Amino acid sequence: MISKEEVKHIAKLARLELGPKEVEKFRKELSEILDYVKKLNEVNIEKVKPTTHPLGIENIFREDKAAPQPVEMSNDLIEAAPEKKERYIRVKAVL
Amino acid sequence: MKLHELTISQAHQGLIKKEFSALELTQVFLKRIKELDKKIFSFLTLSEKLAILQAKAVDQKISRSQEIPFLAGIPLAVKDNILVKDLRSTAGSKILEDYKAPYDATVIKKIKEQGGVILGKTNLDEFAMGSSGEFSAFGPTHNPCDLARVPGGSSSGSAAAVGAGLSLYALGSDTGGSIRQPASFCGVVGLKPTYGAVSRFGLIAMASSLDQIGPITKTIEDAEIVFEVIRKQDPLDSTSVESKVSSFNFQVPGLKIGIPKEYFIKGINPKVEKIIKEGIKKIEDLGAKIEEISLPHTEYALPCYYIIMSSEASANLARYDGIKYGMSKVRDKKLRVKNLLEVYLSSRGEGFGEEVRRRIMLGTYALSAGYYEAYYLKAQKVRSKIKEDFEKAFEKVDLILTPVSPGLPFKIGEKIKDPLLMYLSDIFTVSVNLAALPAMSVPCGRVEELPVGLQIIGKPFEEGKIFQAGKVFEK
Repeated sequence: MISKEEVKHIAKLARLELGPKEVEKFRKELSEILDYVKKLNEVNIEKVKPTTHPLGIENIFREDKAAPQPVEMSNDLIEAAPEKKERYIRVKAVL
Repeated sequence: MKLHELTISQAHQGLIKKEFSALELTQVFLKRIKELDKKIFSFLTLSEKLAILQAKAVDQKISRSQEIPFLAGIPLAVKDNILVKDLRSTAGSKILEDYKAPYDATVIKKIKEQGGVILGKTNLDEFAMGSSGEFSAFGPTHNPCDLARVPGGSSSGSAAAVGAGLSLYALGSDTGGSIRQPASFCGVVGLKPTYGAVSRFGLIAMASSLDQIGPITKTIEDAEIVFEVIRKQDPLDSTSVESKVSSFNFQVPGLKIGIPKEYFIKGINPKVEKIIKEGIKKIEDLGAKIEEISLPHTEYALPCYYIIMSSEASANLARYDGIKYGMSKVRDKKLRVKNLLEVYLSSRGEGFGEEVRRRIMLGTYALSAGYYEAYYLKAQKVRSKIKEDFEKAFEKVDLILTPVSPGLPFKIGEKIKDPLLMYLSDIFTVSVNLAALPAMSVPCGRVEELPVGLQIIGKPFEEGKIFQAGKVFEK
């Protein structure tokens, strides 16, 4: 069983605020799921290469050229932000 | 025949012969949605104005005797994780409740170019995470075959809308069975194309190495028509590829079909098994050669999938930060957030629902320092073994047949409290995504009123063969 502290640590890494009952709930549920996925230990994966692309495709190149977009598009994108000043998105202080 | 019962090619013929207009056809569906969808809840957003505009544009072309493409004037429903410009795109989540899409997904662009008529956006499990439709933040969709039961998920609304005749066809997305399983539960056809065959640009990402967009339709011919329109390499999705349409001389006699013994195990509903075996018998009677095969790593597919899917999802969902778009607590008067971290924690803490939180937590754990090799890397190695199983099998057979789901559509509420039990609903569908293969769910029979789907799995980019073989089961 994973500990309460581990659950809290993971939630912080995930930037996810948990409710008071959730720590205990996730402790139980994640432990059960992690126990279940331990099944993978039965597979002999010595010398097996991990899948890096589902179809094994590599190196897709394109010309290093910007594709101009209409100004309405960038306006819409900026408009979607909750805090902005002119054409900038504002963020709270980091610290 | 009633207009809402038409297939795409029947509706297309009716439009060009001027038996009815695109506007009339569209209004039939809009009226049905208003009357019947209160009980089914397949739509989250109706786009009546857009639909009428699109239909009128097609009618004008017809009145000027212009040629129209197959999907012109044909009403469709779009899963709400696929962007349609200027329409709300929630992905079934509170965090995107008021999000308006700033551009069209490539598949939508292609359908609009044809003159398709978009009726609205359909309900889904939040961010496509679920197997029943119950994890939508806006409430569950009901199965049109039995309203007390789930329609399957995560493309719950798309499958239910087509099954109930509320849309002529629909688009869904499939990460571990999310097109095939609801198609099976609602008695319609659902295709998960080969990974990369259809552009994912404009699909709200869940697990990027597994996600694919595909059609949900009444017939296989319809699925073929829609797939032909939406497939193709797209410069905006570097994982998309130009799929060669394999021309082949298709004949059932001599076709080699593999039946993986690992898919007929205890735990499968005997009534489902019986219907699937009758289906297999049907194609055998027509001259196909049935061969028992083994996919030895089948039992590892589900744990492998849950590690890879949740890891990729936890990374993809990092973009919902309360800063760029979507729900944010940054200006919340009560909360008065002081710094950036608090914006993240509170916006995500309130915006994400239960299953999404669970998968973000699991994925973050699996990718965190000290665990990456034990979980994610190991799962990607097991994935290679699963792919290899299929590669070996396809050296001997042309197609593989299995059930789509081990059970029938279950009651709403039956599995929602037990995550592992819910995950088991995907046991026959996840391997296909891990191996990047195309697969289709075809209606194969019913247990009383409840439909059973047969899964036809093919080699990469051999959708054509799947369509041809599938037609045997439609007759």
